[in-house]
Amino acid sequence: MGELRAYGALFLGQWRSLASYRASFAVDLATNILGAVLDVVAVLVLFGATRTVAGFTLREGLLVVSLSSCGFATADLVVGNIDRLKTYVRTGAMDAVLTRPLGALPQLVLMDMPLRKGLRVAVAVAVLITALRLNHVDWTPARAALVVIAPLSGALFFGAIFVASASLAFWWVESGEVGSAFTYGGRDFTAYPVPVFEGWFRAVFAYGMGFGFVAYQPALTLLEHPDPLGLPAGAGFLSPLVALVAAGVAAVVWRAGIRHYRSTGS
Amino acid sequence: MSVITMRGLRKDFTVRVRTGRLRREKRTVEAVAGIDLTVEAGEMVGYIGPNGAGKSTTLKMLTGVLTPSSGEVSVCGLAPVPQRTRLALTIGVVFGQRSQLWWDLPLRDSFALLRHIYRVPPDAHAARLRRCRSLLDLDEFLDTPVRQLSLGQRMRGELTAALLHGPSVLFLDEPTIGLDVVSKQAVRSFLAELGATGDVTLVLTTHDLADIERLCRRLVVIDHGRVVHDGTIEALHARYGSRRRLVVDLDTPLPPGFAVPGADLVSLEADGHRASFDLLSSSAAGAVVAELATLASMRDLSLVEPDIEDVVARLYRA
Repeated sequence: MGELRAYGALFLGQWRSLASYRASFAVDLATNILGAVLDVVAVLVLFGATRTVAGFTLREGLLVVSLSSCGFATADLVVGNIDRLKTYVRTGAMDAVLTRPLGALPQLVLMDMPLRKGLRVAVAVAVLITALRLNHVDWTPARAALVVIAPLSGALFFGAIFVASASLAFWWVESGEVGSAFTYGGRDFTAYPVPVFEGWFRAVFAYGMGFGFVAYQPALTLLEHPDPLGLPAGAGFLSPLVALVAAGVAAVVWRAGIRHYRSTGS
Repeated sequence: MSVITMRGLRKDFTVRVRTGRLRREKRTVEAVAGIDLTVEAGEMVGYIGPNGAGKSTTLKMLTGVLTPSSGEVSVCGLAPVPQRTRLALTIGVVFGQRSQLWWDLPLRDSFALLRHIYRVPPDAHAARLRRCRSLLDLDEFLDTPVRQLSLGQRMRGELTAALLHGPSVLFLDEPTIGLDVVSKQAVRSFLAELGATGDVTLVLTTHDLADIERLCRRLVVIDHGRVVHDGTIEALHARYGSRRRLVVDLDTPLPPGFAVPGADLVSLEADGHRASFDLLSSSAAGAVVAELATLASMRDLSLVEPDIEDVVARLYRA
């Protein structure tokens, strides 16, 4: 209980700090809506050029991209700024974080939550609702649950990717944009039906790393669309499991990183 | 009861050193090379050493920021890294160059947030804050955002922030670095007062030996990751043979071939009108002055206490 209030206080601190830069917050908020809309438009443009992509229609494609962007936008809102860890490690500011009586990861998250990205989540949810109405979904309790679980699992999955790739900074301070290949690259990958990709690339990203279970498989399950790649119809229900595994891996990497933290001379 | 124990504590860093245009070589640097030390409750320990000696690294291992490469360490009966968050509730930390405060918020707000983070009961928090406000003169800048504070003001804020949860051990990494004389004095007398209560164990690193002379009975000198001295300042002087110096101004030069028992002549200046002697024992001053008075008529004399900076400089060079 006390701990929750402590985290609440951290969040409040960030909120108050933000309030001292109101104008810039408003501008950020506006540009982020634009960004969210553009993400969806990029997919629509592709379907505009060809009526179907790898056997998927525009409506079906919209469901895939909206599931992906719901998950990503939520993860980005909560832990998207974790890549600031680089700065914390390089400047040694991590020292102050580690001398407080709270977990290091929740502290970093709450001290730096990019609230300006909040509207992105709203846009993504709106697109998801639209996509569900455009498609014919045979609603059963299981599918209704999946509509809620899939974006949350996606958020957990992307959150894990954010944390794991930010942790690189513990070993390699100049990790630069390597992490972005997996976070933003992963988002772009999940925005399209997996059959769009081919060969080893598809095998590694979609199944090896699990990106296929963020949006593609749940979308198939919701639509009762047979998987051209042959996974059973219920594979979409695996998405929370895949997300949990990813979160477990990220937790291990993060812990190892904290132990490896070297601070800086002072 | 010992509050801090370190046994064979080590921290190695691997660094890559450029050896050619592209080639880089891995090298292991011993930042802390086996430290054994215990600190009792209520002690005030000054930790000094040249840049890169391993002072900050040791402090960071004690506070759970860095994981030791080997050896044992315990603070308040806790293992710093595995029990980091529990330890954080019982220690206070001031790292001179790292802020605990919210950059964009007034000090008052930072303190309020810290009360929740450390889960301090409101009345205990209020009492401690009141005490810090009066001892450190915080009132005039309590409502100023931290980013607009001067370094001295910020440091006073950091000290308060580190003490609001009533820690039993306070770690200070160069608390007076970069401060002006007045702020240094304010910080020192505050810490002296804090230490005098005996409730708080104080460990501080510094480059300013005046901090140590003013605050710490016990001095630990560290160099190349090892403890080279652990004891009082007096013990350091005794060990390194620092002596008090007697300087006399004379109306007439000393006669040629004179000798003064109990003192070594160090220098003769102003055509022999000023002479400096090192006193060989701590009680020799009276006898030496009496002896000198028989040799020449004295106008003035002064006794110079040994300078700790000199001793330490010699120690670092050794």
